Amino acid sequence: MRRLPGASVLLVVLALGGGLLLLMAGLALAGYDAGRTMVALWQGSFGSWYSLTSATLPRAVPLILIGLGFSLAFRGGALNIGAEGQFYAGAIAATAVGGLVGGWPSSLAILAIVMVAAAAGTAWIVVPVWLRVRFGVLEVISTLLLNFVAEFLVSWMVQGPLQERTGIYPQSDPIAAAARLPMLPGTRLHIGILLALVLAGILWFVFARTWWGFRLLAVGTGPRAAEVSGRVDASRMVAVALLWSGAIAGLAGGIEVAGVSYALFQNLSPGYGFTAIAVALLARLHPAGVVATGILFGGLEVGAGAMQREAGVPAVVVYAVEAVVILVVLLADVGARRMGRGRVVPELASERAP
Amino acid sequence: MSEWVVVGGAFGAAAVRVATPLLLAALGETVTERSGVINLGIEGAMLTGALAAAIGSTLGGPWVGVLAGAGAGLVVAAIFAAVAVGAGADQIIAGTAITLGAVGVTGGAYRQFYGPAGPGLSIPTLGAVEIPGLSAIPVLGPALFDHSLLTYAALLAVPIIWWLLFRTRWGLGLRAAGESAEGARVAGVRVSLTRAMATMLGGVLSGLAGASLVLAQVGTFAERMTAGRGFVALAIVVLGRWHPVGVLAAAALFGAATALQYVFQAMGLDLPYQMFLMFPYVLTLLALGGAVGRVRAPAGLGR
Amino acid sequence: MQALRGAGLSVAPGEVHALLGENGAGKTTLMHVAHGLERADAGRVLIGGVPRRLASPRDARRAGVGMVHQHPTSVPALTVAENVALAAGWAVQPTALRGRVRALGERLGLPLDPDTPAERLSIALKQRLEILKALATDARVLLLDEPTSVLAPAEAKELLGMVRRFAKGGGAVVLITHKLAEAFDAADRVTVLRRGVVTYSGSPAEESPKSLAAHMIGADLPDAAPRVSRAPGLVLVHVEALDVPRMERHGTGLRGASLDVREGEIVGIAAVEGNGQQELLRAVAGLVRPLRGVLEVTRPTALIPEDRTTEGLVAALSLTQNVTLGLGRGAPWIRGKGLHRIDWGEAERRTAQLLADFDVQATGPGARAAELSGGNQQKVVIARAMERKPRVVIAENPTRGLDVRAAAFVHERLRRAARAGAGVLFHSTDLDEVLALADRILVMADGRIRAAPAGATRSEVGAMMLGVGQRRGGEPDA
Repeated sequence: MRRLPGASVLLVVLALGGGLLLLMAGLALAGYDAGRTMVALWQGSFGSWYSLTSATLPRAVPLILIGLGFSLAFRGGALNIGAEGQFYAGAIAATAVGGLVGGWPSSLAILAIVMVAAAAGTAWIVVPVWLRVRFGVLEVISTLLLNFVAEFLVSWMVQGPLQERTGIYPQSDPIAAAARLPMLPGTRLHIGILLALVLAGILWFVFARTWWGFRLLAVGTGPRAAEVSGRVDASRMVAVALLWSGAIAGLAGGIEVAGVSYALFQNLSPGYGFTAIAVALLARLHPAGVVATGILFGGLEVGAGAMQREAGVPAVVVYAVEAVVILVVLLADVGARRMGRGRVVPELASERAP
Repeated sequence: MSEWVVVGGAFGAAAVRVATPLLLAALGETVTERSGVINLGIEGAMLTGALAAAIGSTLGGPWVGVLAGAGAGLVVAAIFAAVAVGAGADQIIAGTAITLGAVGVTGGAYRQFYGPAGPGLSIPTLGAVEIPGLSAIPVLGPALFDHSLLTYAALLAVPIIWWLLFRTRWGLGLRAAGESAEGARVAGVRVSLTRAMATMLGGVLSGLAGASLVLAQVGTFAERMTAGRGFVALAIVVLGRWHPVGVLAAAALFGAATALQYVFQAMGLDLPYQMFLMFPYVLTLLALGGAVGRVRAPAGLGR
Repeated sequence: MQALRGAGLSVAPGEVHALLGENGAGKTTLMHVAHGLERADAGRVLIGGVPRRLASPRDARRAGVGMVHQHPTSVPALTVAENVALAAGWAVQPTALRGRVRALGERLGLPLDPDTPAERLSIALKQRLEILKALATDARVLLLDEPTSVLAPAEAKELLGMVRRFAKGGGAVVLITHKLAEAFDAADRVTVLRRGVVTYSGSPAEESPKSLAAHMIGADLPDAAPRVSRAPGLVLVHVEALDVPRMERHGTGLRGASLDVREGEIVGIAAVEGNGQQELLRAVAGLVRPLRGVLEVTRPTALIPEDRTTEGLVAALSLTQNVTLGLGRGAPWIRGKGLHRIDWGEAERRTAQLLADFDVQATGPGARAAELSGGNQQKVVIARAMERKPRVVIAENPTRGLDVRAAAFVHERLRRAARAGAGVLFHSTDLDEVLALADRILVMADGRIRAAPAGATRSEVGAMMLGVGQRRGGEPDA
């Protein structure tokens, strides 16, 4: 990490504080015990070793992965709003393969699952990429539409080809033990977190230090100049970035099946694809920031689950807190630009100049 | 033979029912995008409009619900406009945040108001209004002339929006703002104000879309019940080439593709039902490939 | 930053008043205040002797003030009629509007087809549309901001003739220009602005071009370096019967073009916008693929693109990043075979050196391109181009929008490149620039190239730019 501005981190923390205060006010108005709710939120997320390692971090893994993939595409100026669909494509492929690799050595089985999931995620974004390159169809719209298709596909899979043997429940059989990711002893933290961290490191290097990563940034911030002055094939760069983005989201789906759920069912993703967009944007597409924000939002969401169990507050309200955080950071950014003091945080899709 | 008349009528009626909220939201978004603003928050506006309509209807009857839905859509769009147009923040991010926030707020408010059991079927709904004479026509009658007033309002909105966009000075200024902010400004158009108004008009229509979903189509409210219909409306705007009549056609296409499942079932087609559910989305995607290349988005969209 | 300090001018009915000054002197800002586009911190605007509060161009329109902006402000996707209605505040009923716009064009002697989208108009017809817009509401005051900068001499003359007719009919005209000849030619009175302050106001008859120029830049013009002609060397660019498809919605492509550029010579292309010159230059630069014909170019080449803020530089990126982008994988600070790792420390050091060599005023190599003035941005583009050690330099309107000093700097660097043995191929819509800089002049009209005879006069080249007996796109049938 070259420099993630301190002001940016501070701002996110302040925004989060503001969002939580608003939530407390709303809860108090609605007649809940706001104090108790906050305690439950804290206990369920970061308040204990167990909740941190077994709830927050596992929840953060798909957010970090998808957030990294989104950042990759958005640095090139392309918006992959379809991570949810690519995640499901990866999960379906992982489940299918996970049932076939029972006799394999574990490392091979896991490798197979990971590769197949990434390939499925890539396949799921091929059509939107083609539509963009060939016809100029906005990828925002096309990737979005495929999310719905993926959800129906999962629904069919768990009631059709991949349904568990008894044919009663709408879910798949568990994947073979060999294909499951190893865990940190005594917790539910699987090695997917390592994969996420390694990927963040690789992307940091690619973004900050390589000609490819720099060309991608140039395409995202000034496509005409990149083409005319940099002789970059912008459309090709964007296509490749989108394909990688899909691969990473598919990978996240495979990791979720191999590390957490061990089976496919409907609503496997509680909206990871969308939360991860917020994660990436808040992190200003910076890989280290994505890791930090992913953990923060992961904690917020599992904490919200604890809040519902302990205090009866609907967990879904946590999305309002996330929205407040995003809007506050967005407005602070605009304010900084207006006042001409330079920016609190670097511009989107462009990093502070080296 | 008569069986197919019934199926045809049911198919048409279902298509129109599905298309109504999409048409309302997409017409609103057409105005918004023509002014140069892309509002991903219409999903949130629609969801908030749906809950407000449910609560309004529970408290004061269906027409109060309709008003509440429109008002809620207006408020959500006004927040979006303040952030994205007033402050000039990134429209895609702001829209995502607004939708996320709407999911949270409606989820909380709904439990607060209806309790954990939900409203069930207790919400007063808008009845269908048969148009005398026309509704007796076979197939077409039940398909087109036996709907709630919101459907007729949505159809009426098509020529009204067209007139607004293409036959009024306000519409000319709005389109200029969407194509070239600088050109509009130099001609004396107050670009930000115009865009904010277009966004809020879009919000009202999205709110009405949510209301029609609750009061004329489903009859109840559930968490996240819009299920991405606002996003589908965005696709319909593109497919309809940013033109009210095109949007009507695109919404009808999507409605018909959705309603096809009834026909397929009547035909006894032995396919998983999920295939029918996927069909409209796949069709829309393919249609976009065929439709978009020849037409441009407003040049200033998103800037 | 203050654009204007205590500046003012007055213009009487029947008068053409030239407002002179360098780029950045505040001419446009002053007229924007008079047109309600910008608000002055102090001072007032009087129209017909009455103080007016001009909060928007609509107020100016009501007060009888119309303006023609430096760059066409028509909305490209809207039709001629819609653009006029937008500017004039007319109702949008198509049939009535069409008739009204047609009648307006006929009355002013500036016919235009009401149903043509503005983006399909040639540059001269776009200018015509701007004037229609300005005069649609019977303006008594007409403000024109550099209206002739993109026109061929004959077109410019026609426009100035129209302006004088308007004044003769009792209208008042302010003509912004940085061309002295135009002021002497068309104006009854002259006001000169320098850095936001009026440095001269009076009749052009009392002044010489040299004294007016002194008012404009505060000192005598820097003398152009004497031209050192040398025997041209090897052929670096060889083009024969080349066809290139057109790049814009209007204009033409390149048709059967042939030319050579040799070592050490500067070849200038005189053409009105949209006559195939951009297609030619970009084909030579390797950015567009020709349809057919011979195209042989000695590498490396360097392109100085016309639009420095969107094509030359990425505004949001630093100067170091912009230099890196332009040098590409050949930059000395890009290392390694597969990964192409960038050493940003090295990049920053080398960029700082380059900025110093080219006298770029910036806070440092980390400054964003957007923070620089136009002149300094262009210096960065040129510095980067020269760092490629090009054998062929291709430049499009290399001094557009630059002040006299920055323009002189750009010319000097292009000459220096030629002296060092590069071939320079450039285009300018400003004929005077072509005459001043080029060793050899080619004229393009309607996608075809013709060589101007050695020693051709300004008006001869100007006539060639308009071609002979050609119809221009978008003009209605008479």
